[in-house]
Amino acid sequence: MTANGWLQILFLLLVVLLVTKPLGGFMARVFGRERTWLDPVMRPVERILYKLTGVDESHEMEWKEYALALLLFSGVSMILLYVLQRVQLWLPWNPQKLAGVAPALAFNTAASFTTNTNWQNYVPETTMSYLTQMVALAYHNWVSAAAGMALAIAFIRGIARREQKTIGNFWVDLVRGTLWVLAPLCLIGALVLVSQGVVQNLKPYDTVQVLDPYQTPQLGADGKPVNGPDGKPLMQTVSQQVIAQGPTASQEIIKELGTNGGGFFNVNSAHPFENPTPFTNFLEMFCILAIPSAFTYTLGKMTGSPRHGWAVWAAMALLFLAGVTTAYWAEARGNPLVTAAAQHSTQHSASVQATGNLEGKEVRFGVANSALFATVTTDTSCGAVNAMHDSFTPLGGMIPLINLMLSEVIFGGVGAGMYGMLVFVILSVFIAGLMVGRTPEYLGKKIEAYDVKMAMLVILIFPLAILVFTAISVLYSFGTSAMSNAGPHGFSQVLYAFTSAVANNGSAFGGFSGNTPWYNTSLGIAMLLGRFMMILPMLAIAGSLAGKKQVPATLGTFPVTGPLFTVLLIGVVVIVGALTFFPALSLGPILEHLLMMAGKTF
Amino acid sequence: MKKNLITAVLMTVVTTIFFGLLFPLLITALAQVLFPKQANGELLTRNGKVVGSRLIGQSFTSPGYFHSRPSSAGTGYDAANSSGSNLGPTNQSLIARVQGDADRLQAENPGAAIPMDLLTTSGSGLDPHISPEAAEFQVPRIAKERKLSDDVVREAVRQHTESRQFGFLGEPRVNVLELNLTLDEISAKPAAH
Repeated sequence: MTANGWLQILFLLLVVLLVTKPLGGFMARVFGRERTWLDPVMRPVERILYKLTGVDESHEMEWKEYALALLLFSGVSMILLYVLQRVQLWLPWNPQKLAGVAPALAFNTAASFTTNTNWQNYVPETTMSYLTQMVALAYHNWVSAAAGMALAIAFIRGIARREQKTIGNFWVDLVRGTLWVLAPLCLIGALVLVSQGVVQNLKPYDTVQVLDPYQTPQLGADGKPVNGPDGKPLMQTVSQQVIAQGPTASQEIIKELGTNGGGFFNVNSAHPFENPTPFTNFLEMFCILAIPSAFTYTLGKMTGSPRHGWAVWAAMALLFLAGVTTAYWAEARGNPLVTAAAQHSTQHSASVQATGNLEGKEVRFGVANSALFATVTTDTSCGAVNAMHDSFTPLGGMIPLINLMLSEVIFGGVGAGMYGMLVFVILSVFIAGLMVGRTPEYLGKKIEAYDVKMAMLVILIFPLAILVFTAISVLYSFGTSAMSNAGPHGFSQVLYAFTSAVANNGSAFGGFSGNTPWYNTSLGIAMLLGRFMMILPMLAIAGSLAGKKQVPATLGTFPVTGPLFTVLLIGVVVIVGALTFFPALSLGPILEHLLMMAGKTF
Repeated sequence: MKKNLITAVLMTVVTTIFFGLLFPLLITALAQVLFPKQANGELLTRNGKVVGSRLIGQSFTSPGYFHSRPSSAGTGYDAANSSGSNLGPTNQSLIARVQGDADRLQAENPGAAIPMDLLTTSGSGLDPHISPEAAEFQVPRIAKERKLSDDVVREAVRQHTESRQFGFLGEPRVNVLELNLTLDEISAKPAAH
């Protein structure tokens, strides 16, 4: 680890902290339908949108109607996404003449982008046309993020309102979040990205004459070298390079701001056209964290308890620092097997530079920014990557996995992180209430059996989906065939896939080949469960809280501000995660670490 | 139910046009006007021929060129098929590959410490950069092949070394394609003395 590495990590956290209050306050005004400086531009657009779609903006919804509107919108837009992939061959902006996407893969991708997961079982460069990327995929980056924000706001309203049946209007929240928060930030952000070298065009792929043509074995359709009549592999001269292009920046910015994570290119933010400079790398990480972090202030503002918002922020920041420290330490330490292999070939000692584990990492980012990005992207529900998590050291790769297993509440996805964390907050208050033997209260609301049952439902469905699907997959050949690494690492790949799917993250141990009937289906279902089976109980809690009376705080009320609450909240998050997933982790990354230290390879 | 369903359909159509179509087209238009070079991939030309992108690495195998890092994209630096190796830390193929590359590099420059980036593939398989150490490691070979002094080659490396952005972001790095283009220019010129 280096001082400069730490400087970059702390600088990011500082900048995120600095925007939390202004952005969070702005969001509170936007969703509270107060006046903002963007009104002269956005208000007319908003009115037109409502007119076109038949929305009555004065209508208030109970939680069931709010949930119904969300489900209908997700369903309809998911069908459109599926259809667009299937028929892309006949649509414009397909300069590479890419064929329609196969049904199972199209279903998986539709589920993936509708649920804000952006798990990618396909290689974008060779599968998706420009039109599909813009209209079908990038579009869902907008609305799945806006839907997440709407839900978090609905939950916060549930806490803030007293003796009311309603929690807002889904359509209004969706539209206002998109127009006031996402659109202006994306417009500026996309242009900044382009100025740094992120491509934005609709031209066909470029073919260039390389400087130094070279010989390489000819590959057959199966990816294996083809042998000539003399039994030797046929060689071919490569003198050209085909460079994939496309409307990247406009997707890149919402991919980060909406914590979506679906790459325009196969290798996501490791690709020089998605993330060309250290500054774009910083900007992308900042965009991932900005809105989730700001939501803590929005929570404090809308519930009239700013200190509660900051206490939640502190818990998130501490968990973030714990994760990034471990990942950075493990990656900077490097892979002893690689060092030994390199030294083996030489008579000299210390003949390899100790610069940490660089397999799957870009030189411009180095170890610090790769470990940081991996932590940021899995703390939130983003899932963009700037380095290959599959090639991280066992412990370095375990941190992203653990972050997902804590159900992405460390800042979390836009909105999704907030309502995920609030479920843990309710659980913490409940546990504190049990400890002192009183009915738990949360910001003046009694937390009763119904609320805790719903919270537990959220917390139990999550590991159930992950562990059951993983267990089935590792028992049968249709599941194990997707592993590209042997030994415990293969198990980690499957575990990571389902954790990422249910947590709606979308990052992967990338060697895993999930484009099979089993995984397209099971991962698709896992993603839908992870999104909607969390949202329904969560909205039920919101509806229940909104209807409750305000009870005045007394001496016996457990305060949800200050360090004691922060520590309790961290404790609950970590203990629930650890108790649930430690056995699985010990079979994967922990075992692999021990075997690596013992010099074992597979 | 029915009212919300109608709204869901209309909302999907209208927002798709707004954010799926108009937004990317607006950004494309603005990008093409404001930053035409960057928006099209920073293509480099030599004698009127496009020879690559400044941001996308290429394979170099001749001894007279600086070599890029190993790549797992297609058959190597396939910019229509970006990919990392995705080899896990305990994968035998990873260890075997590193051993093979280390043997080759050690033979090329005995005694010098091998920079780690020359032994590892990048995440994208298209990394346009190597570390300054990896460039320094190759200087003697280039100088010998091109019959240049070490210092001339080092000066070219220095020219194409980018330091940390704003002094602290990222890592120092050398752009391999641009460096090799400069080398060709130097070699094409008659010696200055």
